[in-house]
Amino acid sequence: MTSTTPALEATGISKSFPGVKALENVELRLYPGTVTALIGENGAGKSTLVKILTGVYTPDSGSIALNGTSIVIPDAESAFRQGITATHQETVLFDELTVMENIFLGHPITGRFGLLDWRAMRARAREILAELEVDLDPDMRLRDLAIARKHLVAIARALSIDARIVIMDEPTASLSHKEVEELYSIVGKLKREGKAILFISHKFEEIFRIADEYAVFRDGRSVGSGRVAEATASRLISLMVGRTVDQVFPKVRVPLGETVFAVEDLSHPTEFADISFSLQKGEILGFYGLVGSGRSEIMQALFGVTRPSAGRIALSGKAITIRKPADAVDAGIVYVPEERQRAGAILPLPVFENMTLPSLHRITRRGFLDLAREFDLARKYATRLDLRASSLSQEVGTLSGGNQQKVVIGKWLATEPRVIILDEPTKGIDVGSKAAVHAFMGELVAQGLAVIMVSSELPEILGMSDRVVVMREGRMAGVFERAGLTAETLVAAATGNVAVEAA
Amino acid sequence: MRLNRDALFGALVFVLIAVVGVIRPSFVWPQNLVGLFNDTAVLVMLALAQMTVILTKCIDLSVAANIALTGVLVSEANAAFPGVPVPLIMLLAAGIGLLLGAFNGAMVWLVGIPSIVVTLGTLSIYRGLAFVASGGTSIVGHQMSPAFISLPREELLGLPMMSWFAIVVIAIFAVALRGTRTGRAFYAAGGNPTAAVYTGIDVGRTQFVAFCVSGTVAGFCGYLWATRFSIANVDMANGFELDVIASCVIGGVSISGGIGTVAGAVLGAIFFGVVRNALPVVYISPFWQLAVSGGAILAAVIINSGREKRAGRLILKEAAAS
Amino acid sequence: MNAEAPAPRVIPDRIATGGWWRRWEVILLAVAVVIFIYNSFASPYFLNAYNLSDATFNFTEKAPIAFAMAFLIIAGEIDLSVASIIALSSTAMGAAATAGAGPAVLVVTGIAVGIAAGAFNGFVVTYFRIPSIVTTIGTMSLFRGISYVVLGDQVYRKYPPGFDYFGQGYVFWVFSFEFVLFLVLAVVFAVVLHLTTFGRRVYAIGNNPVAAQFSGVRVDRIRFLLFMLTGLMSGVASVLLTSRIASTRPTIATGFELEVVTMVVLGGVNILGGSGTIVGVVIAAFVMGLLTFGFGLFNVPGIVQSIFIGALLIGVIALPIVGGKIARRWRA
Repeated sequence: MTSTTPALEATGISKSFPGVKALENVELRLYPGTVTALIGENGAGKSTLVKILTGVYTPDSGSIALNGTSIVIPDAESAFRQGITATHQETVLFDELTVMENIFLGHPITGRFGLLDWRAMRARAREILAELEVDLDPDMRLRDLAIARKHLVAIARALSIDARIVIMDEPTASLSHKEVEELYSIVGKLKREGKAILFISHKFEEIFRIADEYAVFRDGRSVGSGRVAEATASRLISLMVGRTVDQVFPKVRVPLGETVFAVEDLSHPTEFADISFSLQKGEILGFYGLVGSGRSEIMQALFGVTRPSAGRIALSGKAITIRKPADAVDAGIVYVPEERQRAGAILPLPVFENMTLPSLHRITRRGFLDLAREFDLARKYATRLDLRASSLSQEVGTLSGGNQQKVVIGKWLATEPRVIILDEPTKGIDVGSKAAVHAFMGELVAQGLAVIMVSSELPEILGMSDRVVVMREGRMAGVFERAGLTAETLVAAATGNVAVEAA
Repeated sequence: MRLNRDALFGALVFVLIAVVGVIRPSFVWPQNLVGLFNDTAVLVMLALAQMTVILTKCIDLSVAANIALTGVLVSEANAAFPGVPVPLIMLLAAGIGLLLGAFNGAMVWLVGIPSIVVTLGTLSIYRGLAFVASGGTSIVGHQMSPAFISLPREELLGLPMMSWFAIVVIAIFAVALRGTRTGRAFYAAGGNPTAAVYTGIDVGRTQFVAFCVSGTVAGFCGYLWATRFSIANVDMANGFELDVIASCVIGGVSISGGIGTVAGAVLGAIFFGVVRNALPVVYISPFWQLAVSGGAILAAVIINSGREKRAGRLILKEAAAS
Repeated sequence: MNAEAPAPRVIPDRIATGGWWRRWEVILLAVAVVIFIYNSFASPYFLNAYNLSDATFNFTEKAPIAFAMAFLIIAGEIDLSVASIIALSSTAMGAAATAGAGPAVLVVTGIAVGIAAGAFNGFVVTYFRIPSIVTTIGTMSLFRGISYVVLGDQVYRKYPPGFDYFGQGYVFWVFSFEFVLFLVLAVVFAVVLHLTTFGRRVYAIGNNPVAAQFSGVRVDRIRFLLFMLTGLMSGVASVLLTSRIASTRPTIATGFELEVVTMVVLGGVNILGGSGTIVGVVIAAFVMGLLTFGFGLFNVPGIVQSIFIGALLIGVIALPIVGGKIARRWRA
């Protein structure tokens, strides 16, 4: 297979942004009828390369060739015309437009007088959707579709041109088990049609299942490529992080204290039902489940962002009512959200203002801010979390993802909470910061805090939790003790395969 | 959903007309309804143009000032050169308007200033220039050529040209917004600017085009406005930009971009026209007009807000379905 | 106790960046000084305490609204109904005065109506989640509309003796009540915005309302309060204006909202929210006042002045951006 001319060959690609070298001299080859997995940590430059191949960014240097012919991709439209198409990480589609319009936007079928030919587009959309074996009405408004179906529209869009190169940027990130299987069969079909597929993923089981070739990026450079059949997971990981990672989690066994936090029969009209659990002092309670199983929704209800329809919440045996986040913070329950940049940190503001925002009452003197005390408070937690910043007045937006997360966690510790909820605390942050966050969780429980940790990463869940609640489709699918817990048990509970396995 | 809203709103406007008709049958005489539409023609055209701008997540506060400046300029041109044929004058009006709109658009696109700031500024500038251009006086009917004044009043198939202009403009917008790439780009650029970039749409350029459209229509209306009252001066259409924006809002155009229909904007403007014409007919003092408009805007957006509320993921429902 | 040797610093509070002269307020102050100097050379009537004092009336009624509006815009909202609130509040005062109310009652009436109108805006924005620009375009018509309903083509002219002090009185020498109030309010607003927890939360909301809410900030309550505050200041402005011109028509203060927003934006407040200072707005008030006064000395009509105000608004924002672009291209 490698003897044929690559369908796409990118060599010596470099791209800088003010202050950052995103890509340096990277290369990538894609072959017809082959799935190539692009692997790398967040920030390794994968998305930048995708944006270059799809004409969103122009590279500073380097060349791109299609079937051996050198090409330039000045804009997104030109990428499309040359047969390069991508489904992006976040669904970059239009909620207010119809399925058909989303498929053809940017490359419509035109008829007489150059006017858009809706009838032809509707017919072609039906054809493509039928080819994908997807039952979707082309005239549906996109906002009325579930997330997984939107992904299918994105794929249909990619197929609406006779694409030779199909790029899929983490297509399974927010899909359920069943939907992932559907996607795999679509990938297989594209492969048989001779398309060259670039598949970006963080999930190794996925890579070993569907990819033929791999390419690894680290810190904006190509660090390795080859045949998946000849690779092992540990080899790929060491390429990704540049060293072998011991998967040892700094789990601190803390003697568990009295019950601090209890939730009974918590329900929401549309998102979750009958949630009951309790949390002891010094405990880390893991919440595992597929994306979209209702974990974050529960946490947001506990934090007062959304209103549950029924249920009781008690803190140290006393019933409390939480209507808004301010109530939760006052009660000593804090939440580190998954969407760090949207809901966690206020990026344009300096570190110290972020750190002290929920505890402003601690640093006032007769109602006025006391800057000296404010800096002291911010520095205390910045130091404890080993924050890497040039000064406390640096804008949070200019810090790395891991350091942004430290600011968010520090902000909450400054309120001296009793329960801290961490929603995907290490998602999208570098290995070093990950370890720091894990170590810090150990410190927290040692000091008598109770921690709830929502995570999709099995090693993290298994490594850090004392107990694990598994969620499936808005309901609890089980609670498991740490001792003897295996990944298989959790996955089976989360996907509903328990009965199958028992049989 | 959207079609439903327009149909519902259309029904509401119809009921409103019917109710006034019951109180004062003369209100629903065809001649009166034609007159009503004719009175509203300028507002209809401007509402459509404004909708284009709002679709792209911008706003154009300078349309009324554009009307004043263009109205004064073309009236003066007509007074100075009465021989120039009126169609040429109309072209001139649209051209001046286009330039004024293009300036707004360029500031938004190339310099990157928020549209509300740009048009707040040009609203002062254009009206100030109208004062300078007119020398602080009015160009009145007898200074204009008869053809200049009478063209919009001439009738074709029983309908004044003014109404025909509005009908043609409605038709152009209906076809262009639905049937052309640029038309769809307005929706895409405002509905999801990030995604628009990925589909090869230049958001800034699209906004620029929207401002050009808005300016062109406003300039053309500058001519119509001058002929309608046979006078052109600095006070033309003072504050009218708010009526235009209000028509859009009542018609269901979302101020946050990406949502709006031709039918909605037209109905919004007609609703305004009906209220304005109906008040005196049912013996309510015209001084109520402004308060009623304000109340209608608030009522419309509050009713709309319930519709636009986004649902969550609906996990339980999806679970039940699978 | 705390005066001991400081603990070893891991991260400094700030690092000196220099470039203070690039700050917006400094540039604006320079503009103000240039206008001042130009005017004093160009007209012999400019450098006269009484004339300058008269000139302050150009901004002393709008500036208090601009201070509140600055809070609102920093928090990511806007209120276009302020001029209509002035009309509504003035109408209420006119009605009260006609019914025989004294100056104290009038002031209370005017301010109370302002607060109520602001509260209405705040309620619609926070309860129904309507964008503030849409809400206040609606109430802009509604509030002034009520004035039209009440007054029609009538005018309230009967204001009691003593009420004229607020708009026409002097505290001492050439310092009018309006100007002194302006200075006091400037200090109060600057202190609240820059030195209190409330101000800090306003910035947080303007930069990222979601993250602010997730940080325990009572976002809606603060938004509501800000609309009320803007209503309150519009009420205050209404008292001043009504007292000064001693008459109320429904057309009173027409177009004020644009001048107020211009003043705020010119003062360096980001129209998209999140940043800005009261000092900037104060200087912007002076710049606009000086310009208006200067134009007045040369008999430039008000409408022509608006060309310059509009150009100033666009120019001061566009020039640094365009300049930066050219500088970057030149360097590259």
